[in-house]
Amino acid sequence: MLATAVIVLREVLEAALVVSIVLAATRGVPGRGAWVTYGVVGGILGALVVAAFADRLATAASGLGQEIFNASVLFLAVAMLGWHNVWMTRHGREMAASLGSVGSAVRLGARPLYALSVVVMMAVLREGSELVLFLYGIASAGPGQSSELAGGFALGLLAGVALSLAMYFGLVRIPAKRLFTVTGWLILLLAAGMAAQAAAYLVQADILPPLGETIWDTSRLLPDNSIVGKLMHTLVGYTARPYGIQLGFYALTLVVLLILMKLFAQDPRPNPGQSAT
Amino acid sequence: MPRPSSSFWLSVLCLSTLLFSAPSSGQGLSFTLTIKNHRFHPAELEVPAGKKLRLLVKNLDPTAEEFESHDLRLEKVIPGGKEAVLIVRPLKPGTYKFVGEFNEKTAQGRIVAK
Repeated sequence: MLATAVIVLREVLEAALVVSIVLAATRGVPGRGAWVTYGVVGGILGALVVAAFADRLATAASGLGQEIFNASVLFLAVAMLGWHNVWMTRHGREMAASLGSVGSAVRLGARPLYALSVVVMMAVLREGSELVLFLYGIASAGPGQSSELAGGFALGLLAGVALSLAMYFGLVRIPAKRLFTVTGWLILLLAAGMAAQAAAYLVQADILPPLGETIWDTSRLLPDNSIVGKLMHTLVGYTARPYGIQLGFYALTLVVLLILMKLFAQDPRPNPGQSAT
Repeated sequence: MPRPSSSFWLSVLCLSTLLFSAPSSGQGLSFTLTIKNHRFHPAELEVPAGKKLRLLVKNLDPTAEEFESHDLRLEKVIPGGKEAVLIVRPLKPGTYKFVGEFNEKTAQGRIVAK
């Protein structure tokens, strides 16, 4: 049962962290719970569909369907995270200032919550489809496996939710003024890490060159498949043995998003929604 | 109008395979692994070091398996009864472990590059 729980935790970890960061980043925004729920439910439904069509996905694009699909899902999440951050540099300051006041809540609702909803959906979908196939495998091994299945699944899921809650309550203890700066950086690193992982899928598919086989090797110090390794992988994009091109994608994502945030931060027009106080 | 012969279609197939496959995968050495009863056969595969390899993994079990190797930096879900091709980048001499993540207790194997 413990072995099952560890695998379940490993698969839900990324989605759990993404959810906690998204919830912290949208603190005080009305309707955020609904959007995150849509993301999770949509992701679970998507995972079921992907698992059901795993056969076809595996044979699509001359056998590279899976790699291309995973890379696309990651790139979509990167785009949505980037879009959210660019939007936030424009409106974040007023948000932090008015956090908690009821009047501002309506205006803040204009925030692109759908972008973060898509991010949650993609995170749940990608890891979830593997989880569905894994659990289906256990379930079809025989009726004797049902306690193993239910127990392991519940335990793993619970551990994931606990980690997510710990992360969330840790984050929201940060004073409101700095909270959005912190979540902004977390989202930036999340995006860069996802871009680097997408690059790894494209190297595996032999679509991109590795540009350096192993830039460093810390697999003994912090293995990729350990829980801490997986945690760091999600939060900052840690990889024990990165290809050169992964570092390139990581740096490129950071630079491009920071430039975009800089470009869009200055708004020459006065904000019509803000009264002259 | 005469129907194109089967050899015509065969050559079309060959041509399109040539066109759409990655440029280097065609010349790579091929190796085959099978998964049965959640075990890899052979569990140890000896391969030449420094060469790009084509690894065909056939899953003979009815359930899906995830071929995963952090050493080789590969992960791919192989649905039950299906096969998948993985490209192994040129290896330094050494031992590289891989597992079937969905049945890690039994599905273990390694590639020894010499």
